[in-house]
Amino acid sequence: MSDTHAQSVAFVRRSEIPPAPPPARETGAVKWVRENLFSGAFNSIMTIVGLLIVFYLLSGLIPWILNGTWEGSDIRDCREILGNSGGGCFAVLAERWPQLLFGFQYPDYLRWRPTLAFVLLAVALPPALFAMYLPRWTLAATALYPFAAYWLIWGGTILAPVVAALGILAGYLVFKAIEKRGFVTALAAGAATAFIVWWIGGLIVGEFPRMLSIEPVPSRQMGGFMLNLILGVICVSLSIPLGIVLALGRQSRLPIVKGFCVVFIEFVRGVPLITLLFVANVVLAYFLPPDANFDLIIRVIIMITMFASAYIAEVIRGGLAALPKGQYEAADSLGLDYPQAMRLIILPQALKISIPGIVNVAVGLFKDTTLVSVISMFDLVGMIRGPILSSTDWVGVYWELWAFACLLFFVVCYGISQYSQWLERQLTTDHR
Amino acid sequence: MKKSVFLGTVAAAGLAAVGASAQTLSDVQERGTLNCGVTTGVPGFAEPDADGVWQGFDVAVCRAVAAAVLGDPTAVTFVPTTGKTRFTALASGEIDVLARNTTWTFSRDTDLKFDFTGINYYDGQGFMVPASLGVSSATELDGATICIQTGTTTELNLADYFRVNNMSYEPVPIETGSESVQQYLAGACDVYTTDRSALAAQRAGFANPDDHVILPETISKEPLGPLVRHGDSEWFDIVKWTLNALIAAEEYGVTSENVEEMASAPTDNPEINRLLGTEGELGSMMGLENSWAKNAIAAVGNYGEVFDENIGDDTAIGLARGLNAQYTEGGLLYAPPFR
Repeated sequence: MSDTHAQSVAFVRRSEIPPAPPPARETGAVKWVRENLFSGAFNSIMTIVGLLIVFYLLSGLIPWILNGTWEGSDIRDCREILGNSGGGCFAVLAERWPQLLFGFQYPDYLRWRPTLAFVLLAVALPPALFAMYLPRWTLAATALYPFAAYWLIWGGTILAPVVAALGILAGYLVFKAIEKRGFVTALAAGAATAFIVWWIGGLIVGEFPRMLSIEPVPSRQMGGFMLNLILGVICVSLSIPLGIVLALGRQSRLPIVKGFCVVFIEFVRGVPLITLLFVANVVLAYFLPPDANFDLIIRVIIMITMFASAYIAEVIRGGLAALPKGQYEAADSLGLDYPQAMRLIILPQALKISIPGIVNVAVGLFKDTTLVSVISMFDLVGMIRGPILSSTDWVGVYWELWAFACLLFFVVCYGISQYSQWLERQLTTDHR
Repeated sequence: MKKSVFLGTVAAAGLAAVGASAQTLSDVQERGTLNCGVTTGVPGFAEPDADGVWQGFDVAVCRAVAAAVLGDPTAVTFVPTTGKTRFTALASGEIDVLARNTTWTFSRDTDLKFDFTGINYYDGQGFMVPASLGVSSATELDGATICIQTGTTTELNLADYFRVNNMSYEPVPIETGSESVQQYLAGACDVYTTDRSALAAQRAGFANPDDHVILPETISKEPLGPLVRHGDSEWFDIVKWTLNALIAAEEYGVTSENVEEMASAPTDNPEINRLLGTEGELGSMMGLENSWAKNAIAAVGNYGEVFDENIGDDTAIGLARGLNAQYTEGGLLYAPPFR
């Protein structure tokens, strides 16, 4: 065969042609752009429109940031410095950032204390958040943190947080000691022990109010982003356990427990948070005697926690309902009693399903803490709306302040959301 | 029906709370600080500065009362209140005096059971327009679009004024003051109306304040003053006469600079002597030291000084005295005799 062809063909290639590079329009960035941005007339138009919008936004934003001034003592100064450059008056941040972060009443020489508490949060959170990678004993740091943080932020004698911690510790030990006799009995005994310790401790604290005391700061002086963080962290961490209890209570077979939980959840969910805050601030003031100084922050924490726990209870109820009935029956067939079944079999699965919902509530709750500005507490939003925007110096500096607030909230909320996605991936046990 | 029962309960509880604290003066002295309700911020009237110290025209009243009662102008716990929380804060006893540019009206005085201790600022509703509009009087505003804050008395005053003058207007209702200003600057309306002091304060924050004029007409009466609860006349007297002392001090030429000197020895003017406690026993008639007025004046200055320092011509707000001048100079300030 080859012989015949040898006469009819002028040239026979004996080596392979080196592969030519693919056509320029089918490779690399050009291909990506063609396929993703200009794959048709309509998409091309959309791409161009999109680019124009991005360009328009950046052409305003970049000069605003780059030409902005950090100098100047009031808005009139700022305008003089800026002229027509279109820059932002960031001098307001340079002058007022401590007020935005700590409120305007927190004593300035004590600001290191909440700052330290915030830094310690970075030590206290990982044992709880990354429990699967850290040894269990590190959880002690998490358990100690609330008391340390309280002492740092509010000040006063160290005895108060120590007594509070001792009460919980004693209650926990008693609970552990008689847990075998039944969960509910142990829980009741533990709670009783804690109350006894607190009661005795309260007397002792009353005797030595000055022992190891650092300068106390009243709640009224809390403010700024610190207040949002305090409210957010406390209310989220309190409302999750409370929400679990409410969700279980709602499924209980005991009519009184069930009735109470249903009424509580439905009532709180049916009322706007801002109404609860007004009740905490205004209406309670009428019913309490004038010299009863029931701390405003505690009132607000109670209200926000109630609100969030009702929502979390419903999220967890969804998780409980999603479990197949066989799981409950399996727990029963193993001879586990109710607390054991819940702790060992039902809740671990139900909570895993509920993570996205719980995080959703937590992020929403954190942003809802800004509502306290309407009852004249100076959180970040309250600081901006009240004292700063209506000061003679900075009246009219809207964008810079609100952008700063957005940035702070975005960082925290985005962090929470990223963590929850990571946690979901970690807990995935099905093989999808 | 239900609502009135509820309100009745609230009111009864409020009365019970008030009845329990009729002795405000001894409460304040025992506590060592005065709880004074202020705004969450109105330029010039009450605003915390960069160090967190409250400054302003209303704040000066708090400091003067604290100086008169406790001898220390810094012994004040400022309780910031919003328009919604101010009255409950006072009625429930959380604050001893409310100095939060609050208009003295009939129903607030009687129905809400407060006592206005006097007037520290005579305000009134005015109009601001862009200078380029070429308007020089409110009577030329027929057919204008007007930015107003909803739910305020300004809305009603505006309707009344235009009806009386047989003119029409297009209202642009907006929730808050700062929002209204933004809308006005963005050209959503031709005219912005609110109290004149607020107009001046807002204008001070504009990029080009001179491009906007405040029209000469004042269409409403807004007498602003400090107020206390019903039922404690001794405390009412103290706040009222502290305010009068500041006003009288300006009339007699007593300032924060010369008050020490004038109070060190009796002067030729017996009225000044009685005011400053070098003659007579005016202070002890109210249960205070005889140097009460001297302390108040030394702490904040007389009325004119307070005005000039916070909202007067030399400040960014730049309000003229107008009605708030002494009666001897054509204003309405008239302190009763110290005798």
